[in-house]
Amino acid sequence: MTYDIYMDFILENYKNPKNYGKIEKPNATSRGLNPLCGDELEIFLIIDKNIIKDIKFTGKGCAISIASASILTEMVKGKDLDYVKNLKENDLLNALGIEISPARIKCALLSYKTLKEAISNIKN
Amino acid sequence: MIDVNKIRKDFPILERKFNGKRMIYLDSTATSQKPIQVIDAISDYYKNYNANVHRGIYGLSEEATDLYEKSRENVSNFINSKQAESIVFVRNTTEALNLLAYTLGKKLKDGDEIITTVMEHHSNIVPWQFLKEKGVKIKYIDINEDGTLKMDEFNNLITERTKIITVTHVSNVLGTINDIKHIGKIAHENGSYFIVDGAQSVPHMPVDVENIDCDFLAFSGHKMLGPMGIGVLYGKKEILDEMDPFMGGGEMINEVHLSGATWADVPLKFEAGTPNVEGAVGLSAAVNYLKNIGMENVREHEKYLVNYALKRIEEFNGITFYGPRDSEIRGGVIAFNFKNVKNEKIAKALMDEGIMIHPHDVASILDINAVMVRSGHHCAQPLMDRLGIPATSRASFYIYNDLDDIDEFINALDNVKKVLKL
Ligand SMILES: Cc1ncc(COP(=O)(O)O)c(C=O)c1O
Repeated sequence: MTYDIYMDFILENYKNPKNYGKIEKPNATSRGLNPLCGDELEIFLIIDKNIIKDIKFTGKGCAISIASASILTEMVKGKDLDYVKNLKENDLLNALGIEISPARIKCALLSYKTLKEAISNIKN
Repeated sequence: MIDVNKIRKDFPILERKFNGKRMIYLDSTATSQKPIQVIDAISDYYKNYNANVHRGIYGLSEEATDLYEKSRENVSNFINSKQAESIVFVRNTTEALNLLAYTLGKKLKDGDEIITTVMEHHSNIVPWQFLKEKGVKIKYIDINEDGTLKMDEFNNLITERTKIITVTHVSNVLGTINDIKHIGKIAHENGSYFIVDGAQSVPHMPVDVENIDCDFLAFSGHKMLGPMGIGVLYGKKEILDEMDPFMGGGEMINEVHLSGATWADVPLKFEAGTPNVEGAVGLSAAVNYLKNIGMENVREHEKYLVNYALKRIEEFNGITFYGPRDSEIRGGVIAFNFKNVKNEKIAKALMDEGIMIHPHDVASILDINAVMVRSGHHCAQPLMDRLGIPATSRASFYIYNDLDDIDEFINALDNVKKVLKL
């Protein structure tokens, strides 16, 4: 264990997360839970013609899970659904740019799992 | 006072280093470390005595059976139970409570009630919730601001339909030591069974089942210096005698025919299948170790540590802890969170929850200094809801901890804000 996971990039996304908030009438949404630590995350999407027009999240979590949600929502905003469908866990972990211990991997991937869940049930 | 330096020498794992630092283990509430005496007892069992118990005619099997039954007597003695038959070996507290929910639950009817509390571990909530299917109602005693139980509520909630009252002796989050003797009286005056979750009391203080007058007491070996996979259900013999078995199979029968079966006497009635003999032997060695120190001394030591730790935390400024301040009614466990310092610097996400720094980050950063604390809901989500928080960090103490450990812990807390640049 080192200090490395709390790099400036992570801390910035933690303290001032991008896309934090709710969307009133989303056409895709999902709530993800991390049962071991009581973290929760809700993701809201507006999808129009296969494109993610808007995405926001709310929730409570540790620096890693909040930063990861911030970074992930930035990654997918404006992209098409195929991009999200093809997105691998490692793509997000690479984007975070930190070495994550097995104990914290669930925190890092909570946003990823919640997003995948959301796009698997899109309402029109 | 106990000699921590001498005790530490008995715990080989405490010699490990992390990041070049002496390990500071503050998670004994989750599981305790094991002294060499326990490790050796288990190894000695396998080297010299291993055979299946209660079945063999040959000498080795008799020796193994003897060791297993002597362990039962030793554990019985430890909690001042009058007969070894009152001791049922199970896997852990969770299994003991599930056994009770299943067997006592079978006799409950639509509209019967169970009283428990909001501070329980999930293992004293979920098994009882299974009974909701039959229309059994569960009522929860609330807590006061200081983390003690609202004792008045027992008299308000109890009715003639209350068949069971089940309460933890010591909370694994708040540290509160409940007045279980008093609660037991309330239960018995009403003709209700009284169950005590002793997972956090039996390892840390003298517990006397005769004095408490509980009908049942559940606890885990692994939290009291013993191995994992062995736990105890104590029950008053006359009640155990009347109860149906829990699991069916070998060991628990008197005779079996295709037309049906009859049950063995207690405690074997509740011990279906080959038991954890190694575990019982290890637990017995743990009991000997604790007896040697003296449970009064264990309790005094933890009181001394928790007093010091609470004082340091209060001085630290910026940390909220949960549960009573008075160490007379508090065990050696401190759940805590960072609070509102420099609010504007943190995401609204966390401010909404009234938490400054997430317990996960606290535990990760303390780990850099080899200070090992737990973070999360501690299997007490209803209590987290009641406190209005998602999680806490938690430091807990045992016989191998001393004031130095607490100083290291406080120093590491200082580091948390530095690492997070708050
Ligand atoms: C108060 C309390 N009850 C029950 C349990 C469950 O113990 P086990 O996991 O050994 O069954 C614990 C363990 O954390 C506890 O602290």
